[in-house]
Amino acid sequence: MSESSQTDNVQTAELLRVGGLTVEYKGRHRRDAITAVDAVDLAIARNQTVGLVGESGSGKSSLGRAILGLAPIKAGAVTFEGRDITHADHRTRRELSRSLQAVFQDPYSSLNPARTVGQTLGETVLVHERPNRQELTARISIMLERVGLPSRSADRFPREFSGGQRQRIAIARALMLQPKLVICDEPVSALDLSVQAQVLNLLRELQKDFGLSYLFVSHDLAVVRHVSHRIVVFYRGQIMEEGDAREVHADPVHPYTRMLLAAAPVPDPALQHARRGVEVKRPDPDGEQASQVSCPFSARCPHATSVCRTARPRLETVSSLRRVACHRWRELTTQSPPKAPAATGAGS
Amino acid sequence: MTVVPSPVDSTWGQAGISETPKFLGRLMRRPVAIVCVGYVAALIAVAVVAPIAMPWVANQHAGDLLATRQGPSSHHLLGTDTLGRDVLERILVGTRVSLLGVGEALAVVLVLGVPFGLVAGYHGGWLDRIVTWLGDLTFSIPAIVMIMVVLAVFPESMLAGMCTLGVVAAPGLMRVVRAATLQVRDELYIGAARVSGLSHVQIIRRHVLSRIAGPIIVQASLLAALALLVQSYLAFLGLVVAAPAPSWGGMVADGVNALELQSWLIWPPGIVLAVTILAFGLLGDAARDATTERWSPTPSRSDTSRRRYRRKPVRPADDSDQQRRPSRRTRDETDRSTDTRGALLTVDGLTASFGTRAGRATVLADVSFAIDEGEAVGLVGESGCGKTATAMAILGLLPASGTVDSGKIIFDGRDLTSLSARGMGRIRGGEIALVSQEPMVGLNPAFRVGWQLAECVRRHLHLPRTEAKAAAIELLRLVRLPNPESVARRYPHELSGGMAQRVAIARALAGNPKLLIADEPTTALDVTVQAEILNLLRELRRDRQMALLLVTHDWGVVADVCDRALVMYAGEIVERARVERMFRAPLHPYTEALFASNPYLANHADELPMIPGAVPLPGMWPIGCHFHPRCRYAIDQCRTGAIALARPEPDHETRCTEYKRLAGAAR
Amino acid sequence: MTAVPAFARDRAQAHRNGGWELAFLSRRSVVGVVLRRVALAVPLLVAVSGLSFVLVSVTPGDAARQIVGVNASQATYLSVRKELGLNLPVYTQYWHWLTHAIHGDLGTSLLTGQAVGQTISSRLPVTIALVGVALLVSLVVGVALGVASAVRGGVLGRAIDAFALLGFAFPVFWVGAILIAVFAVKLRWFPASGYVPISESVGQWLSSFALPALALSLGGIAAMAKQTRESMLDVLGSEYIRMVRASGLAPSSIVLRHALKNAAAPVLTVLGVQAVGLLGGTILVENVFALPGLGSLVVSATLGHDLPVVEGVAVVFTLIVVAVNLAIDIGYTLLNPRIDTR
Repeated sequence: MSESSQTDNVQTAELLRVGGLTVEYKGRHRRDAITAVDAVDLAIARNQTVGLVGESGSGKSSLGRAILGLAPIKAGAVTFEGRDITHADHRTRRELSRSLQAVFQDPYSSLNPARTVGQTLGETVLVHERPNRQELTARISIMLERVGLPSRSADRFPREFSGGQRQRIAIARALMLQPKLVICDEPVSALDLSVQAQVLNLLRELQKDFGLSYLFVSHDLAVVRHVSHRIVVFYRGQIMEEGDAREVHADPVHPYTRMLLAAAPVPDPALQHARRGVEVKRPDPDGEQASQVSCPFSARCPHATSVCRTARPRLETVSSLRRVACHRWRELTTQSPPKAPAATGAGS
Repeated sequence: MTVVPSPVDSTWGQAGISETPKFLGRLMRRPVAIVCVGYVAALIAVAVVAPIAMPWVANQHAGDLLATRQGPSSHHLLGTDTLGRDVLERILVGTRVSLLGVGEALAVVLVLGVPFGLVAGYHGGWLDRIVTWLGDLTFSIPAIVMIMVVLAVFPESMLAGMCTLGVVAAPGLMRVVRAATLQVRDELYIGAARVSGLSHVQIIRRHVLSRIAGPIIVQASLLAALALLVQSYLAFLGLVVAAPAPSWGGMVADGVNALELQSWLIWPPGIVLAVTILAFGLLGDAARDATTERWSPTPSRSDTSRRRYRRKPVRPADDSDQQRRPSRRTRDETDRSTDTRGALLTVDGLTASFGTRAGRATVLADVSFAIDEGEAVGLVGESGCGKTATAMAILGLLPASGTVDSGKIIFDGRDLTSLSARGMGRIRGGEIALVSQEPMVGLNPAFRVGWQLAECVRRHLHLPRTEAKAAAIELLRLVRLPNPESVARRYPHELSGGMAQRVAIARALAGNPKLLIADEPTTALDVTVQAEILNLLRELRRDRQMALLLVTHDWGVVADVCDRALVMYAGEIVERARVERMFRAPLHPYTEALFASNPYLANHADELPMIPGAVPLPGMWPIGCHFHPRCRYAIDQCRTGAIALARPEPDHETRCTEYKRLAGAAR
Repeated sequence: MTAVPAFARDRAQAHRNGGWELAFLSRRSVVGVVLRRVALAVPLLVAVSGLSFVLVSVTPGDAARQIVGVNASQATYLSVRKELGLNLPVYTQYWHWLTHAIHGDLGTSLLTGQAVGQTISSRLPVTIALVGVALLVSLVVGVALGVASAVRGGVLGRAIDAFALLGFAFPVFWVGAILIAVFAVKLRWFPASGYVPISESVGQWLSSFALPALALSLGGIAAMAKQTRESMLDVLGSEYIRMVRASGLAPSSIVLRHALKNAAAPVLTVLGVQAVGLLGGTILVENVFALPGLGSLVVSATLGHDLPVVEGVAVVFTLIVVAVNLAIDIGYTLLNPRIDTR
């Protein structure tokens, strides 16, 4: 687990680096363009899971998609294993797909319903290699069993599987070529709690076995905390806070992270009742685009002052692993105690 | 004319795994489709063979002039026309010109429509805009008139006429292809293909074409019907087929001229025309059905409610126990809640089922619970457990094929299952209100928000218009919406998710209900918005002494809002307790496992304890305890008989015989 | 099965989602709608008329030859050609025609020598009356049947489906022929053909009008009923209707107010397509019933290669369609406030 820095000796352990990335969706007709990701820097090392947390509209999915070449990048660069893949053409993408793969949110539309599971898994391999039929079938069987599905699933169609099972198939597809980095875009959000646990465990096991890295995009802080080494908190296209997963969760510095943690109800009645009364400031009904000249959170922040509304905060280092983008973080950490409750293990 | 997608990969072809989309197979399984295709095939055969077999018909200026305008007879099976020619022969020979016309038009439409539509949908941008604009344009062109213009220049040329039809109709197909392509393009597996590095051409060939084949066939069939119709129009008017060559439309024209003398002549060619057009049209319908049945997306409730929207009349609950449908479980006294007297809502032995292709599937099995006045009860479970069905059953809003098979729902002293539709209508909104999951979808997009609220107020409080309007604004203020007047003027799509949910809550409160049923009210909202909505619900409850039935899968929400909790699994209530007790010491293996697998409560270093297997769907419930295949405490008895609710403590029930072994029992 | 395949439904859906592409005009205001429709109409008319002209230049034989006949001398032929302006390049001819057309002068018929505009305007009332009545009847009866069958379901629903099927499959001239065979020849209730102007006798006008109007309407009723039924079923199964039921409103109010307003958009689209179809149908019906309208005019003109008349009728028909679509667009705007939200 290593923090990204400018020193050279870290470069070899660094798998993916995103520098000054801006993703902009062109507006239709009279609409303005929407900046989904606003000059963001991010790094992912080998064998590491970086959790990207944010609410809807934060741009977290767009960041993941931009790395995959599925979103329009206006500025900045994406470097993978030292190579610049920002505007890679499809031939480069093809080579890249050996090392860079994706698991998407919706288990129902991420698999082609007209093709069997075996065909879908095989397609990934056939792009690069030409194994003979037996070898391919064997590889598919092994992978299916690795994700906890019987090997005869290869002859079935996606519609015969449940959501959790389809998500496993999607994971199997991503891992067929043993990539180095897998972008997971809300992989468990559409699943039930009990199934969620299964898939999360699977992802962790596979990381151990294959030495994978994940960019785990989710809106659920508890899930992200459980699977990630590092957490990056996203709001309106900008990073608000980043650091070690457990520390960010236990001791958040940025007001937005605190608000997120305070707002998520904890499954412990006594504790939850005690936590109430945190006044969560409402966003404006006509939420506007964050401008370049203010903190994107200033409209909702209970601690916002004039400097927050007039200058965009930069990411400052709080400790060796923690960085925060807030003008007032020093005052705020000394003043109020952290809002996040420790996990109490209730019920188990 | 069907579009068969190209085989994708030769390796797979050799492997014997079929690549053709299952669409064609599905289509051919429908008897209607088989009949239509057979009929068209027979027609094609006739079109080819008949003119060869009966070469004299095309030039026959006159037949047996002594036997003109005869009805059907043994010599002439369908009679003779005004010039004594045999009608049957002319119909058979005339098949060719009709089908030829159809073929010409169809060819032009497909050649123009498919590629442009594909590129427009896939590529988007300026090409898309041009195609759409063209489509809009040609909706306004009266095709027949354009064809007439062309025919005025190229007389008697069916080719010219049908090609013109093809050109005018092509944008319609373009639009359909474009829409279908757009839909496929946005599917995530296309994204996955691009991640794999497939080029656009390859993606179109492999993934898109097979998906749009269905809609193309649908349109092609319908266009064939249209083409035949137009061709018959032109033939009727004598514009395309030079006499004496036979054509179906021309024969009807002859018949019309002879109507005063012999009305029979319009029937044979007319019937053949109508039947053939019908065949094409029915083929298109069957193809459309085959397309839509293909995808199995997240099963939506609205699928079953498409046919009828009225609630099926509930079998009136009978007082005598013998009349009740024999239930699997023994009726145990402890199944009832501790004290049903004084409870606002008592659900007693509710069993419900819905219809599937394989018969009826039970979705609720003997559900019983009670809610007191002002109490907040959480109904917790995962998808497919029946919690939403319970909520809908209380309100009498089960989807069309759902029925309440047995049980009572007693609200404020009245049995809801035996109420008429009108009576139920008075209860809904006025005494029991509903807030559902997707706020945007739950509000009518065609009306302003304030109007919808005022309508509810008028209905329940019987206020005149102006006062109702003021009351609506008050309601918006009550749910903490800033600027209620401005919000009231907006349409639902102009609101954010959180605001829309507040409006939905306001509407639910319009009738001053005693019980609010909230079905996953915050699932679709961001966590910060969720916190506000939960705050709101808590305050409203407190201020109005309103009872709340909160259906959710999120334990945090239950901890925040509810006094008591009910856990459902596969159609049964498996545990009932006060919230503090439930969290501290769950007494059912499922509840215990759910808590354990919650990432919030877990230790990061370890694996998440998980529940193996999956929730069984209605109709596939195991015998005995529904949870036993996944339960680590299961013993033999769990597999054999129904488990009754046990009450190990006052106000804490569990449907498990092994609860003593759980960690919670010790606390 | 509707007379209008899914592309019409797609168009209505596109509108519901606010997918209009020409967005430079405000979608909300009626004025904007009118302007936009007019903006569309101009290229449309140019296309329709221009196309005819292009075709003319392609014709192997031309109008001058038709007038003078095969046996006339070359000199006569050339002078007639010059008279008709056929020796000028195509675009010049078109420009002349266009400038005249804007002032209402659509040229002269090759067959009768009469001014095209005059011929058309003398026959216009018949066609307008026929199409107007058929459209109205289709709308009112079709929607009523559709709503009833959606709400009641059961036998009525299946009957509507079957009726829609037949309405689509029966060619309108055949329907007319059957009506004549039954009501005119057999029962003698109505005349088989011929037209009595309303100025002469209202009763006779009605009686000569009844069968043609009925023939033209039947297909329309079927299509409207079917589309309304599908649309209503769709809406009645939707989440917000369920919520409305949950808020305890009376069923009649639910159906008539909430559901209809949302179901109306695709129905309007079909109405627009029906209008176009009806114009085509009127050509046939006027022919079958021998009514002196634009339909029978254009048929005889086509048979006689009288291009000015055919072009004139094409332009007039297009104008009628534009007017109908304009009304429908205004209807959309009033019904559905949804603008492009994405």
